[in-house]
Amino acid sequence: MDAEREVLDVLARNAREDIDDIAAQTGLDADAVAAAIDALEADNVVHGYQAVIDWDRVDEGKIRAVVEINVELDRETGYEQVADRIAKFPAVDALHLVSGDYDFAVEVLGENMQDVSEFISEQVAPMPEVTQTVTHYIMETYKDGGIRFEDGDDDDRLSVSP
Amino acid sequence: MRLSDRARTLPESGIRKFFELAEARDDVISLGVGEPDFSAPWAARTAAIDSLERGKTSYTANRGMAALRERIAAHHERYDQSYEPESEILATTGASEAVDLAFRALVDPGDTVAVHEPTYISYGPGIELAGGEQLTVPTRAEDDFALTRESLEAAGAAEADLLVLCYPNNPTGATMTDEQLAEVAAFCRDEDLRVVADEIYAALTYGTDHASIATQPGMRERTVVVNGFSKAYAMTGLRLGYALGPAEAIDAMNRIHQYTMLSAPTTPQYAAIEALDRCDEEVTEMVEEYNRRRRLVVSRFNEMGLDTFEPGGAFYAFPECGGDDEAFAEALLEDQGVAVVPGSVFGAGGEGHLRVSYATSMRELKEATDRIAAFVEGR
Repeated sequence: MDAEREVLDVLARNAREDIDDIAAQTGLDADAVAAAIDALEADNVVHGYQAVIDWDRVDEGKIRAVVEINVELDRETGYEQVADRIAKFPAVDALHLVSGDYDFAVEVLGENMQDVSEFISEQVAPMPEVTQTVTHYIMETYKDGGIRFEDGDDDDRLSVSP
Repeated sequence: MRLSDRARTLPESGIRKFFELAEARDDVISLGVGEPDFSAPWAARTAAIDSLERGKTSYTANRGMAALRERIAAHHERYDQSYEPESEILATTGASEAVDLAFRALVDPGDTVAVHEPTYISYGPGIELAGGEQLTVPTRAEDDFALTRESLEAAGAAEADLLVLCYPNNPTGATMTDEQLAEVAAFCRDEDLRVVADEIYAALTYGTDHASIATQPGMRERTVVVNGFSKAYAMTGLRLGYALGPAEAIDAMNRIHQYTMLSAPTTPQYAAIEALDRCDEEVTEMVEEYNRRRRLVVSRFNEMGLDTFEPGGAFYAFPECGGDDEAFAEALLEDQGVAVVPGSVFGAGGEGHLRVSYATSMRELKEATDRIAAFVEGR
């Protein structure tokens, strides 16, 4: 495995690993790890570092919705242009062009349901290319970013075994 | 009730004491665990559940389900091992049963069985229960705990009838290369030793592929290979192992097995079929994670001045703590709440070392090694 891939595998699990620990885990030296991270960032492989948050456990937390958007394109307007306009809204947390019955899957983060529905009806739906939106509010998150949201330690192994 | 002499004289495992000490506290980070911290792959677990829902709760064939044995045979081609599913493979209740059956099938009362140490703690008692006598062959830190012809000769293993070989090794994490095994194989052929090769950690090697003594010239016919699903597929509690060997040995083991166990448990056989069919990728991910932990742990021990050779397999590091390893482990548990197992528990050559299991989360490993570093600093 090349150095960048090894570093990426560590960061994908825990973006807070410090360079020395990444070096220890990969067997690379710290300078090589730093260089790999610089290269991954410069090449837009790594776009940022975020916490995986269970917003349901935060007082005055946020609400998340998955919004299906259908669009109609014309000669001057392609998916890229529409995506660019949708992505500019800060409420849009993630935006994907998808195969299937609709065109874009958008993850929207808002303060509450009203906030999200206002955003969709007042900002997204009126866009000339948008022909239909369907909003799914997320009721409960069980797993995100590869991490299962559940309580604490369920290690029931014997503390010492042969 | 009056107990048999055999039962009365069987010693308590040295692990037991540390288990009790560690269990007595609730703030312990344990690096003393000899099993994966992962659960069995979900696909394997659902296959087990599905089999129960379909009412698959009867015995299987004594040797295990044919579909399982066929897959085990195919799986072992990756180690250049080739065994006939019908006659040369026996599914057992954990690899432990396979080891026990091998001893009972291959050891006559008074036979001598050479065992390299430090090693897994069950071989000695198993040999004793089969009526044999253990001959200890110490392996050395300067050989990175690989078994050498020189060690075998020095210990008088030429007189032995059987050799137990456990690589990748618990507790050292040592592995052996084909070249090193060739030397041991030549000794076995020259001195007419048969071999029980416990290869339960074969899937957990780092950087090199597992090498098996059974693939050395002239060794297949004198070797019983033991393996299972516990370590690679994180299925310890499901208790499913197996033995691979020449038909006459497997047949003899099966004859004992049919009276003492009848068949390996049915539910895990379904899980194992699914594991072999579909879970390679999960095993690879587990191995990659163990490898990252292994490197971190080894580098941290070396940084804190406890010399640690680079273990090539299993999920153990074997740092040198110098002097009385038992006192070190007890004081470490007392002062810092970190449980490790003293190397001397695993026999000759283990003294002055600690078995450190890295089958625990990265976060706990960092916390535990920080605490050990503080302990070492304070001594």
